Amino acid sequence: MINSSLKQLASMLQAKKISSVELTQSFLTRITQYNPSINAYIALDEAKTLAQAKAADVRIAAGNATALTGIPLAQKDIFCAQGWKTTCGSKMLANFIAPYDAHVITQFDQAGAVNLGKTNMDEFAMGSSNETSYFGGVKNPWSFDHVPGGSSGGSAAAVAARLCAAATGTDTGGSIRQPASLCGLTGLKPSYGVVSRYGMIAFASSLDQAGPMAKSAEDCALMMNVMAGFDERDSTSLQRDKEDYSRELNKPQTDQPLLGLKIGLPKEFFAEGLDESVAQVITAAIDVYKKLGAQIIDISLPNTGLSIPVYYVLAPAEASSNLSRYDGVRYGHRAAEYADLNDMYNKSRAEGFGAEVKRRILIGTYVLSAGYYDAYYLKAQQIRRLIAHDFIEAFKQCDVIMGPAAPSTAFKAGEKVDDPVAMYLQDIYTISTNLAGLPGMSLPAGFAQTKDAPALPVGLQIIGNYFDEARMLNVAHQYQQVTDWHQQMPDLKRA
Amino acid sequence: MEWEVVIGLETHTQLQTNTKIFSGAPIKYGAEPNTQACEVSIALPGVLPVLNKQAVECAIKFGLAINAEIAPRSVFARKNYFYPDLPKGYQISQFELPVVGKGAVTIQVPAQGKKPAYEKVINITRAHLEEDAGKSVHGAVEGMSGIDLNRAGTPLLEIVTEPDMRSAAEAVAYAKQLHELVQWIGICDGNMQEGSFRCDVNVSVRHKGSEKLGTRREIKNLNSFKFMQQAIEYETRWQIETLEDGGSIHQATVLFNPDTGETRAMRSKEEANDYRYFPDPDLLPLMISAEDKARVQASMPELPEAMKARFEAEYGLSSYDTGALTSSRGLADYFVAAVKAGAEAKQAANWVTGNVSAKLNAEDKSISSSAVAAEALAQLLQRVADGTISNNAAKEVFEAMWIGEGNADAIIEAKGLKQMSDSGAVEAIIDEVLTANAAMVEEYKAGKEKAFNALVGQIMKASKGKANPAQVNDLLMKKLKA
Repeated sequence: MINSSLKQLASMLQAKKISSVELTQSFLTRITQYNPSINAYIALDEAKTLAQAKAADVRIAAGNATALTGIPLAQKDIFCAQGWKTTCGSKMLANFIAPYDAHVITQFDQAGAVNLGKTNMDEFAMGSSNETSYFGGVKNPWSFDHVPGGSSGGSAAAVAARLCAAATGTDTGGSIRQPASLCGLTGLKPSYGVVSRYGMIAFASSLDQAGPMAKSAEDCALMMNVMAGFDERDSTSLQRDKEDYSRELNKPQTDQPLLGLKIGLPKEFFAEGLDESVAQVITAAIDVYKKLGAQIIDISLPNTGLSIPVYYVLAPAEASSNLSRYDGVRYGHRAAEYADLNDMYNKSRAEGFGAEVKRRILIGTYVLSAGYYDAYYLKAQQIRRLIAHDFIEAFKQCDVIMGPAAPSTAFKAGEKVDDPVAMYLQDIYTISTNLAGLPGMSLPAGFAQTKDAPALPVGLQIIGNYFDEARMLNVAHQYQQVTDWHQQMPDLKRA
Repeated sequence: MEWEVVIGLETHTQLQTNTKIFSGAPIKYGAEPNTQACEVSIALPGVLPVLNKQAVECAIKFGLAINAEIAPRSVFARKNYFYPDLPKGYQISQFELPVVGKGAVTIQVPAQGKKPAYEKVINITRAHLEEDAGKSVHGAVEGMSGIDLNRAGTPLLEIVTEPDMRSAAEAVAYAKQLHELVQWIGICDGNMQEGSFRCDVNVSVRHKGSEKLGTRREIKNLNSFKFMQQAIEYETRWQIETLEDGGSIHQATVLFNPDTGETRAMRSKEEANDYRYFPDPDLLPLMISAEDKARVQASMPELPEAMKARFEAEYGLSSYDTGALTSSRGLADYFVAAVKAGAEAKQAANWVTGNVSAKLNAEDKSISSSAVAAEALAQLLQRVADGTISNNAAKEVFEAMWIGEGNADAIIEAKGLKQMSDSGAVEAIIDEVLTANAAMVEEYKAGKEKAFNALVGQIMKASKGKANPAQVNDLLMKKLKA
């Protein structure tokens, strides 16, 4: 049951083979058993969770269930959920109880989904290993010595360890796709503006986008049906018709369902820096696509190499401003003792933020300062347009772009903590889509073994054109019809 | 050597919208602290701004009213600084691309001493939309500072002039004109006590004839025209004296203390923040189309300039009269209402700009709180026009109306001010006066014209002012020629 798809769970619930309370309870039991070692959840509230499950059962009995009614999900702790501790992985908000719901939370509530708890994450979503969380790192369920990736590391580990049916994540530079890759699950970062950011704690506003993290593309499609949609409270939310993200799945039903699909392989994604064992897995996955009828085209995204420097100007710039509200005045951490107002600001922020967050606030403040703005911020914005232009050109030649989601499999905890640049390189294949506002996803494509490590999951990245999520989900789904990587589960007793 | 003062103004006008500029929170002045503050106003984690269309309309109205360029695309930027009453740690404002570009306001500078009144064009550099901050409240709780975020997010239009003004009088005339204009077009209630209209004045001095601007100091948050006048005069004197004593001016922000009449530096600009402006990624650029402008244009009231020209053409009034009448929407509306109620236009103009305005000034009242309504004034003026009372008597009646003794007819009746219209009665008085002043009659007949006026005076006096002077003139002439 814990490995069932959302669709299977929904039909069991609706056929009354199991109640939402029973299903929820079984996940809660697993959480009690495994969360202490994995640390995927940082806020649990059984009473609240079970109350939602009971309400879902009533709704199912009344016959007006939706596809997700009664299904237990995990929510990244970046989403404000009324009455829930919402910390964003930071000491700054360690005691902050959200008095309102994020749009995404409202959407899931209205669908009747059950919130199992809030998942661990890198502090303010800044990190690629979940090691910057104030609440401690998260174990990769495939190997407890290894990181789950980040920043949505808690959600990724919760899905991989089957501590929830599916989860939400957010992706500013790869925070859904990289942990999905490292934990062997399917995650989608939609086109910018598809999911409302209202109530999602901001890191870098022009890049942040929420999306699903689940076992399969089919599950991601069902999650997207709930998460996506126009919200007037987010000015960057796009006013588009509501769409069914599962509409393309299983079409057409032939031996070569992807006949004619043009897959672009950017040479920059297979150059130096990519782990050889990962490259082999990706190549094998591409071969599967060939068998499904797809045509492979070599393409180039010439400005890819600039995406990391551009990102590490723009994202910290926005973050330095977005995080100014955490000043200890109205809520959040305030130093116990201070001499005056400035001292209160200094001490509260020095105590409340961790090292990586401080590093990015400093970078962001610097690049926005008088005398540096043009050279850094403005220049980065110009290059951002060039990077987006690369994709526009590429999509004239192909329908989707494929490559690795991360340069390596999961690395050991502690390995890159003291080397921020090595950590930043984790997002080398994912960042450019955030800069361009494009949708991207990662799906399990196999396992790779390096040196002394066990075999760990490898993610295949699919990048689509704007608003092409439904097609991407089908492209991933077809692969999952002929492979079973996405159904493999880690052995938690051995990990 | 002669000194010249150079003045530019930055005015924060609070826009009359139902809700805040980036949220649906209500705006009510004087409400209990933090009762007008929603999750956006207090900047909870995760909240986002949504631009209030009404505020944009106000900005377009202002742009149209000063013939300014209205930007087809303007951008909201974040102005970053820490302050307890600034909940997000940044203010959403406009920086590089403001919604309203260059425009102009024509001001009437009143006569001062020997210097006659004159007109001057003040150029507007820009006007931009932004949000107000909250307020720090000291002393409400012993030993603590409180933060009231009711005002946080209130929409403001900041209107910036070129350094075009050359005296405190010009600066005040501009501020008054702007104050009237924003109320005229209905974008601001103009309430200076409540902070709806606040002026920052940049003052510098230089030798007359010099092209180069001197170092300026900015007088912050002046909330009355009287204080503005005093503050600029003090600041100008201070700067000149400082320079003449061999000192130098440092750029600074200063506050005016109404109790001492002095300005004092609050902080020097060298210590000022680097605001790290950058485009707000939470808001899309503000796009204003020709259709948007046309739609707002259609809802605009007639502007003072157009109304002035119309009054001149329609009523044959002088430029001076129409200028005075259109100096405020209230005055213009009052005048129009009086004419509509039957007052003769020229007469009404004289009274509105004369007696009525004088009374209002004396009592420091605005036209909207005039003790005599436009319709009541019209009734009074009709009584002058139809010969019921003399112009002099009308002034007396007006005074009585002002203090609430009743309407014109009732007061005329009560005070017995009705003119004599019965020519028999007037003739009897004339005969009496002629008999009693035979010598004067002789003088007139001998060619002394002045004697005629003296006789008229005697007759008016004998009638206790109730005789109609024109009628007296006629009848006396006839009798003397007989």
